[in-house]
Amino acid sequence: MANIELRDLAHSYDGKHYALEALNHTWKQGGAYALLGPSGCGKSTLLNIISGLISPSQGEVLFDQQRVNEHSPQQRNIAQVFQFPVVYDAMTVRENLAFPLKNMQTEKAQIERKVNEIAQLLDLSDILHKKAKNLSADDKQKISMGRGLVREDVSAILFDEPLTVIDPHLKWKLRRKLKEIHEKLDITMIYVTHDQLEAATFADEIAVMYEGKIVQFGTPQSLFEQPNHTFVGYFIGSPGMNFLSVEKRNNGVALQDTLFDLTAAQLDVITQSSSSNIKLGIRPEFINIVEPGAPNSFEANIEFIEDLGTHKIVTVRFLGTRWQIRAAEHILISGNNLHFELPADHLKLYIDEYLVGEAQSPIEGDSCE
Amino acid sequence: MNKTHNNKAWWLVLPMFALVAFSAIIPLMTVVNYSVQDIFDQNTAYFVGVEWYQEVLRNTRLHDSLLRQFIFSFSVLAIEIPLGILVALLMPKEANWKTSLVLILLALPLLIPWNVVGTIWQVFARGDIGLFGWAVNAMGFEYNYTANALDAWLTVLLMDVWHWTPLVALLCYSGLRAIPEAYYQAAMIDRASRWAIFRYIQLPRLKGVLVIAVLLRFMDSFMIYTEPFVLTGGGPGNATTFLSQSLTQMAVGQFDLGPAAAFSLIYFMIVLLVCWLFFTTITHMDKERQ
Repeated sequence: MANIELRDLAHSYDGKHYALEALNHTWKQGGAYALLGPSGCGKSTLLNIISGLISPSQGEVLFDQQRVNEHSPQQRNIAQVFQFPVVYDAMTVRENLAFPLKNMQTEKAQIERKVNEIAQLLDLSDILHKKAKNLSADDKQKISMGRGLVREDVSAILFDEPLTVIDPHLKWKLRRKLKEIHEKLDITMIYVTHDQLEAATFADEIAVMYEGKIVQFGTPQSLFEQPNHTFVGYFIGSPGMNFLSVEKRNNGVALQDTLFDLTAAQLDVITQSSSSNIKLGIRPEFINIVEPGAPNSFEANIEFIEDLGTHKIVTVRFLGTRWQIRAAEHILISGNNLHFELPADHLKLYIDEYLVGEAQSPIEGDSCE
Repeated sequence: MNKTHNNKAWWLVLPMFALVAFSAIIPLMTVVNYSVQDIFDQNTAYFVGVEWYQEVLRNTRLHDSLLRQFIFSFSVLAIEIPLGILVALLMPKEANWKTSLVLILLALPLLIPWNVVGTIWQVFARGDIGLFGWAVNAMGFEYNYTANALDAWLTVLLMDVWHWTPLVALLCYSGLRAIPEAYYQAAMIDRASRWAIFRYIQLPRLKGVLVIAVLLRFMDSFMIYTEPFVLTGGGPGNATTFLSQSLTQMAVGQFDLGPAAAFSLIYFMIVLLVCWLFFTTITHMDKERQ
């Protein structure tokens, strides 16, 4: 059990292109974390660096303030579950689950107790005596997970997209189980995934990775309401955040003749900035549809409407950009144009892709840029 | 599913049957034919039934040969299999010129004609001009493979180990390379010791190639002829006379075609029986475990 700290950590496989760019981050003991990001963003690399399978090109990994860069995975005492099942096929299911404990010279009775407990938790009790070789992919992955979970004294358990090969209905169940186990054992767990739903159901806090960087670290709610980076806005939420590239004006920002009102804090930042990469962003959920001619409203061409039963997603062309707007089921949408307003507290300002001008509560975890 | 029965299909098997007939069945039947006759010359032969078989089975010189042969084959297996695995484990894993170099060096003994292997060791192990023999003597050991039976044995064994361990090593190396990296990673995470990694991950996955290696090495060593013939000529005395050399003496030395044929068939049956026993035991063990 340990606090895991990453200090100035960076990694490059070929010495030219960085898979991980310098990052500082702390995973607190006992937390349930998710590393969320698209494939190739460096999340597996980061996980393998923590477990010691990869040695980072620069920076330090610390467990409870102790540098562990030189320690092997065996010495770090970390459990890791891989994306694809790894079972020792010469052994039975029971021997597989007992293997990590046996390697640590655990007492026989203790092994027996722990193996039975985990087997029950993962519904493996019935097949404990079977050879692991001929089992289904589902069962094999459960064994892989079980081997990670039998160890009680580990520094952390790392999951590298562990449910990729699992059947959808079982996925949901196993996610719940993992959560249960976490609550019971008080072990730090880091869960790598590209599925925001999976991340949000498992983790208390999510680190979103993009192009080798952790662009935001926070609760699912803060990722939704205060996306710290345009990528977080786009990646989290379904559909993702709407963005509009705008230009700086004396009294705010504008595109063509349309001027957008900004908060005082946003105006403050924009006047000091010299960047021309300015974007406005708003979640589809926060756009209010209004009657034509309402004050401070905007107008956009409707491209198409998807009715999802519980709500509608209206795709519009707004000032040359495609936006999506979430409309309640009861709102009738007719004609070619849609009128809406953009509530100031949900209209976010991004300069060089990062969120700026938030006067209110500071964003959680903004230390990890 | 309904199978179509058409006896014309047998014609399709005919080419294969003809091939096997010429490569195995007909030569084998010729030997069977010899083994039941007493042959004096081209036109004079008498049918003697199983007499030759009885004689061969009672021949004490052949018993000694057979015993020597088994001791030799099992010694070869006991040394070459573990040594081959060890060499394979120590070989570099990266795909670069060093690995290629090691592979080539390792394969060299396999490329040398067997006669030449015998000659190399005959010279190499001599006490007067051979580096190996000279060195062993210089270290204070009395060593002379032409006079001392034990020395001759050790030299033949050493030669075979030098000649054939690379084959086992190469087979094992290919088996080891086929183990996905993920297994090693998982084992590291599971805090497996080097021994546990070998015992539970590498060895089970080497089983396939090891079965082949054991079979090949058993059959080859059981039929060994050229190398000891060149190195020691079967001596001193009969100390290194193995089965095939006894057979050759009988067949082309004394021209006892009948007994030699009976002997060949028994020899063949022993090889077949041992391989069959080994193979069925292995496959049976596999089934039982599941």
